[in-house]
Parts: sequence; structure tokens; C-alpha cells
Amino acid sequence: MNPESLPEQARRAWAVAKKDIRIYYLKGPVLIFGVFMPVFLFLAFYMGGRDLPLAFLIPGLVGMTLFFSATAVSPAIFPWEGSAKTLERLAACPISIEAIVLGDMIASALFGIGITLVTVLIGVGVGLPVLHVDILFIALFLGACCFSALGTLLAVPPTNVPSNIMMLSSLLKFPLVFISGIFVPLAEMPRWGLPLAAISPLTYFCDLARYCFSGAHYFPVTLDIGLLTLFAVVLSIATMYFHRKTMPRRL
Amino acid sequence: MTDIISAQDLVKTFGRNRAVDGVSFAVGEGEIFGFLGPNGAGKTTTTRMLTGVIPPDSGTATVLGHDIRKKPVLAKQGFGVVPETSNAYTDLSAWQNMMLMGELYGLPRRLAEKRASDLLVTVGLLGNKEQKVQAYSKGMKQRLILAMALVHDPKVLFLDEPTGGLDVQSTQMILSLLRDKNREGMTIFLTTHNMEEANRLCHRVAIIRHGKIVAIDAPEKLKMAIDRVHRIEVSFDRGVPGEALGEVSGVIAVNRIGDKYRLDVLSRDTAIRSLVAFAASNNLQIVTLNTLAPTLDDAFLRLTQEGGS
Repeated sequence: MNPESLPEQARRAWAVAKKDIRIYYLKGPVLIFGVFMPVFLFLAFYMGGRDLPLAFLIPGLVGMTLFFSATAVSPAIFPWEGSAKTLERLAACPISIEAIVLGDMIASALFGIGITLVTVLIGVGVGLPVLHVDILFIALFLGACCFSALGTLLAVPPTNVPSNIMMLSSLLKFPLVFISGIFVPLAEMPRWGLPLAAISPLTYFCDLARYCFSGAHYFPVTLDIGLLTLFAVVLSIATMYFHRKTMPRRL
Repeated sequence: MTDIISAQDLVKTFGRNRAVDGVSFAVGEGEIFGFLGPNGAGKTTTTRMLTGVIPPDSGTATVLGHDIRKKPVLAKQGFGVVPETSNAYTDLSAWQNMMLMGELYGLPRRLAEKRASDLLVTVGLLGNKEQKVQAYSKGMKQRLILAMALVHDPKVLFLDEPTGGLDVQSTQMILSLLRDKNREGMTIFLTTHNMEEANRLCHRVAIIRHGKIVAIDAPEKLKMAIDRVHRIEVSFDRGVPGEALGEVSGVIAVNRIGDKYRLDVLSRDTAIRSLVAFAASNNLQIVTLNTLAPTLDDAFLRLTQEGGS
């Protein structure tokens, strides 16, 4: 066994992911928050008197669910583990910082996909069939990778006070929801809004989700998939790079 | 003896405080090496650099031949760590913590289960293995941490204050396990405040003060090297004036303690011969005659106080 090899490090990343799921994700409040938050935002817009059709709102709900659930816990794991000194335990084990980060991302992505599938079922339940199941699964996978990397990236500042990170996380997450075409169709956005929407990975996920549920889309599907992939890769590399830089200051 | 742990000019600065200032030493295979020093001397910082938890500002550290900065994964694969602060996952059970360690060290599942069971029996926690660690006492947590550090059967074990604040039972269990593991060939690097523990356990000790190593030697040699003045306790069958004892050849100071006299002498041999002659010439019987060796505490205090604070 070569402990430095990629398969071996991937195996150890999976061990970290399982630990995260057990400790942080399989908790009642976390599961409830993951489902309720997007549902309440959805209801606010659904009952807000704007007469938006379900075929528009459900894909938005799916996008919000994936975004909020995949970024709900991951920003706080490093600060929690730093303050509990369990991060020091991981740092003394034969696992690279990149593999620890990957483990956190895997847990976050799996949680995001699991919760979002519930939302997809709700969509199907209210009479909105999935037209492109294969594209939906590709979108869910890429979106989950992308948002989990973003969530972990938010944990880069070397503080061990989770509330500091959660505040920073909320400052970024909520504006992103409003510029990503969830509640306002991209075609109806003001001219200044489109460039903002273009820098949000959530925009491309929602566009893909809309295509899967209704066949309608703003950007070409291949462009949505390509850009989501690019965001996932860039955010993953960035979060691993910056955690390598800041982790010693956290310990 | 092959060097298993080697530190060369390790330096670590936090802000303006140079916590570790050019520390160098080597630990041989199969040794129990004690790392002693007062609070804030740089013990834990040195241990954390050796175990790859924090990087040194300069200098190198190798464990089992692997540079901890260049090949951290290979180095860490060969050692286990018992840190100063208990750091098992309190939301997991002891068993889940052990299995997590097994996976992080790449052990096959069955081997990890076998080792975990054996170790939990050894540390007396098998009956509590399904209990969440948050319900454990401090002693139970520390025994679990030790078991977690041993699950991959490491060649080297780093321990930072492993028995601090523990009850006698847990302390004895941990020390006994360390002795057994050392007999099986494990090299042990032990950071401790407890001089008695270091004295009984360690083959060599290093003493660190203000981030610098001030002495490295076997505990007995350190004790003897610190003082040129030796002490003898003597008592006779009847009272003797202190002044008379002060005039005995080789005696430089006399203190009466109860019915005994504690004498500071330059040479034990000369003083004992003179005392025997003194007793004979004064028709006294010697009831007790003890030579007092300096303790490791004395050596530690002397070495850590020299040059002021």
C-alpha cells in the first residue's frame, strides 16, 4: 500500500466524508433546515401574487434546495473541528489537506443531492414531470460538486468561530439566489442584471433544471453543462489551494 | 542505534514570540525519550512540528527517515499521536472513532476491527465501545485516544502530557501499556511535566527552556551532573553539637532535621570516612547513614532556572 497514492487518499477522503455525514449531516435540525428554507422562500414567491407558473418556480426551488443544502454545513466544519481540536487529529493522520477538503466536499455534495431529490419528487408530485432525467442527474452532480466546493471555500478564513463563517456565508449566499434567475427569468432581467447572473454558477444550474422540467432554457444546454463543470473544477482547486495555505494558522 | 526521530535547528515564531529557537536532537530506535520543560518552554510546539501539525519556520524534522514537510503522509503513516488535548470525536462512539482511525491509516476493515477490539480490551473500554465519547470521563477519553493512536501498530508514538489530570488507575494503565509497547520495540517520544513519570519511564530526557534545549542525557546522569555538592544524612545514638560535625573533614554545611543531620559535602567518600572516624573517636554509634542523590526535579529546576527567566 502506498499511502500517498491517489486511490488511497481518495479512500481516506471517503472516510472523512462518512464521518462528516454521521456527525454533521444526519441531524434533525440540519435536515429540516435543508428542506424548509427553500420551501419557505418558494412559498413566498408562489403566493406573492406574481402568477409565476409552477414550471418556472419548481426548477427554481430545486436550484435553491441544492444550493442551500450543499452549502448549509460545509462552511462550518473546519471552524467546528478547529475549536474541538479534532482537526489537529486529522492533521496528524496520513491524509493530505486536499483529501480532507475533498472528504468535506463529498459529504456536502451527497447531502445536497439527497435533499434535492426530495424536492424533485415534490415537483413530480404536484404534476410537473421530469422531461430530461439524464440531464437532471448530470446537473445535480455538477451543481452539487460546484456548491459543495463553494461552501468549503467559505471556510477558508482561519477562524475557529463558526458564527463568523456563517455570517460571511449568508452575506454571499442570499444575494447569489436573487441574481441567478430563480425568481426573475433571465430573459426579463434588467441589462445590469445579466452580467451578475453570468458569474453565478447557480444561474447555469437553474437554467438546466428548467430545461429538465419544461424544456425551456436561456443558455444552450451544452454551455450550461460546460460552465458548471468549469465552476466545479475552479472552485475545487481554489478551495484546496487556499485551505492548504490557511489550515496551519487554524491549528 | 538508528535515529528514528531527528530535529535539526527547528524554529517557530508566533508574532514576536520565538516559541522554538533552534532545537536539535535525535531519538534512537526503541528509545523512550522524555521532553521536559516548564509551561511555555516550547514542548508542545516542538511536538506539533515533529508530527506535521504545524510547519516550522525553518529547520528540518524527519521521522522514520521521511522529512515531515516534504513527505508528510509517509512520515505520518509510521507514527501515532496522543495530543495534549483529548480529541476524539465526541459525537461518535469509541468503536466508530477506532474504525475512523483504521480507515485514515488505510487498514483493511477486518484487521482494523481485530486491532480495535484488542486495544479496547487492553484499555478497558470494550464494554463501553458503543457509547458516545461525550459520555466518557477524562480518563476514559485519554485511554481511548491512546488506543486510537495505536490502531495501526505504529513504530513511533508521540505523547503530549498523556497522564495530565488523570486518576491513578488510568495513569498506571497508560504507563504500563507504554512500557509494554516499548518492550515490543516501539520508539516513544513523551512530553511531560511529571518528573517522576519521566524518571521511571525514559531512557533519555531533553530539557527545553525558552525554546532552546538546555540539556539532553539519561535521567541519572542529568541528576548527578547538576550539582557538585552532595548530601548525606546521618544520625547517632545520642545528640552531637552541630559545630562539631561542621569541623569534620569534607563537610561544608550542617542542618539539623529532627534527630538527623543533613550535611552538604564536597566528596561523599571523604565525608563518610571522616564521619566514621568522628563516631569512633567520640564513642558514638551511627544509627543511620544515607547518601541523598539529587532528584530529576532538582535537575529540572536547576536547568530551567539558570540564567534567570
